[in-house]
Amino acid sequence: MSFRHWVILLPLIAALLSCSAASNDKPGKKHTVTIAGSTSVMPFTEKLAEHFMVDHKNFIVDVQGGGSTAGIQATINNTVDLGMSSRPLKGEEKRLNTITICYDGIAVVVHPDNPVGELDLDRIRQIFSGRISNWRQLGWVNRKIDAVSREEGSGTRGAFEDLVMKGREIDDGTMVQDSNGSVKEVVATDPYAIGYISMGLVDRKVQPVAINGVKPSIKTIKSGRYKIVRPFLYVTNGELDPKSRQFVDYVLSKEGQKILKNEGLVGFYD
Amino acid sequence: MIDRTVLKEHLVKWVLVAFALSSLLFLFLIFIFILAEGLPLFLKVGVNKIIFGMKWAPTKGYFGIFPMIISSFLVTIGALIIGAPLGLSCAIYLSEYAGKRTKMLLKPAIELLAGIPSVVFGFLGVIYIVPLVRSYLGGSGFSLISTSLVLGVMILPTIISISFDALVSVPRTYREGSAAMGATKWQTIYKVIIPSAKSGILASFILGMGRAIGETMAVIMIAGNALKIPTSILDPLRTLTGNIALELAYATGDHRLGLFSTGVVLMVIIMILNYVANFGIKRKIAK
Repeated sequence: MSFRHWVILLPLIAALLSCSAASNDKPGKKHTVTIAGSTSVMPFTEKLAEHFMVDHKNFIVDVQGGGSTAGIQATINNTVDLGMSSRPLKGEEKRLNTITICYDGIAVVVHPDNPVGELDLDRIRQIFSGRISNWRQLGWVNRKIDAVSREEGSGTRGAFEDLVMKGREIDDGTMVQDSNGSVKEVVATDPYAIGYISMGLVDRKVQPVAINGVKPSIKTIKSGRYKIVRPFLYVTNGELDPKSRQFVDYVLSKEGQKILKNEGLVGFYD
Repeated sequence: MIDRTVLKEHLVKWVLVAFALSSLLFLFLIFIFILAEGLPLFLKVGVNKIIFGMKWAPTKGYFGIFPMIISSFLVTIGALIIGAPLGLSCAIYLSEYAGKRTKMLLKPAIELLAGIPSVVFGFLGVIYIVPLVRSYLGGSGFSLISTSLVLGVMILPTIISISFDALVSVPRTYREGSAAMGATKWQTIYKVIIPSAKSGILASFILGMGRAIGETMAVIMIAGNALKIPTSILDPLRTLTGNIALELAYATGDHRLGLFSTGVVLMVIIMILNYVANFGIKRKIAK
């Protein structure tokens, strides 16, 4: 082997040795917390897990999607430590323990130039089911309403269907965008559009509509006056085991809640 | 010593053969996986209910993709209406009129156009075309016509380069014969060159269609993705590719299978188009 080879190899060997030495420092084996469920809660849980694992080097938090129902089912079957749900439990599921980690408000948004600043739930339902299709019917110009929804399977759409549509179907002529961000872009550029997005993403580019006279805000959600709100839940089968408790405690701590708040969610302590 | 050289030659050859065949293997694997994932739902729900079904609500058990098949063809035809005359004119100019210098400028420009990522086309569409359509024609701007316009530009390189090859390969003797008969340049192009290059030009249109029907990113950004069959050129619509890309992120269970079934239909359409196009190109070469 020539000198050149050694120049490359030596640092590598050194790096390898140092790695194994470092991991030998902590003889305790790694704790794994497996979490699965709602794809709406998943990105936030992933973010929390990342931060958590920085401080707790001997923990591995494994976060998977699958949807609220799948997550709840997995918790009942004890295949995961924690389930994530973005809807309240129903029926037989209620025997699980729930931990509310935060709330997510869904804002119905229109273009800032749109004078229709207030709607009631009924009206919104009629707009998205195609029964009201012209702004004139809402006291504005004679122009078709460009309603924007989310794609089938999206958690936000699921919550909107549960909380607003209540069994009525979203019209096939409604435009569909594949993220909160794209819906917001459409509404921000099209003066005749109406859409719904996570409350945390509302800024000056779009105007949130007051629903039954209540504008969405952390305050109105906390007081229960703003109605289009869904809880983000962790569910467990029986008591929390000690390793999961450490993670949940972190999520509910000031630090964890601050992360959620920065993501635009309404924290538990707000 | 000679033996070793021969051995090496053989080795190199077989390694190359293996790598060359791997592309075939990948195609085969893609085919197998899409079919394996997509076919079960056809058996479960029924081919009719998927291909001719009018309603797509996969979480509620409806898997009809008929409106998307129609929409895919509508945008594709729209793209051809815009792209075909432009592309063919450009190819004719390049092969018959352009001097060496213009060619040297135009050819790389067209290749560059082919290399622009589709998300860039989509972005330009959202920023410029959609608002223009909204303010001058009406509707939300996310529409059949905006999508067709952008796709029409995107298929230009395909149409230009393949029709150009077809036009250039028309034998010199045809042109000289036509000129000897006293035909002008345009008469020669119109009556002799285009008819003899016809199959290649048609192939370029069909490959352009294949490109348009398979385009995804730009389409999701501009088409509006509504599930209804559009009734006017200002209505939003959803294509087959758009459906897959929009919903794959959260799809589980039958919903996911439904997206693969969409993929199966798309694959069959593209295979038919490619087959037809190849047929055209082969006939040209046979001549």
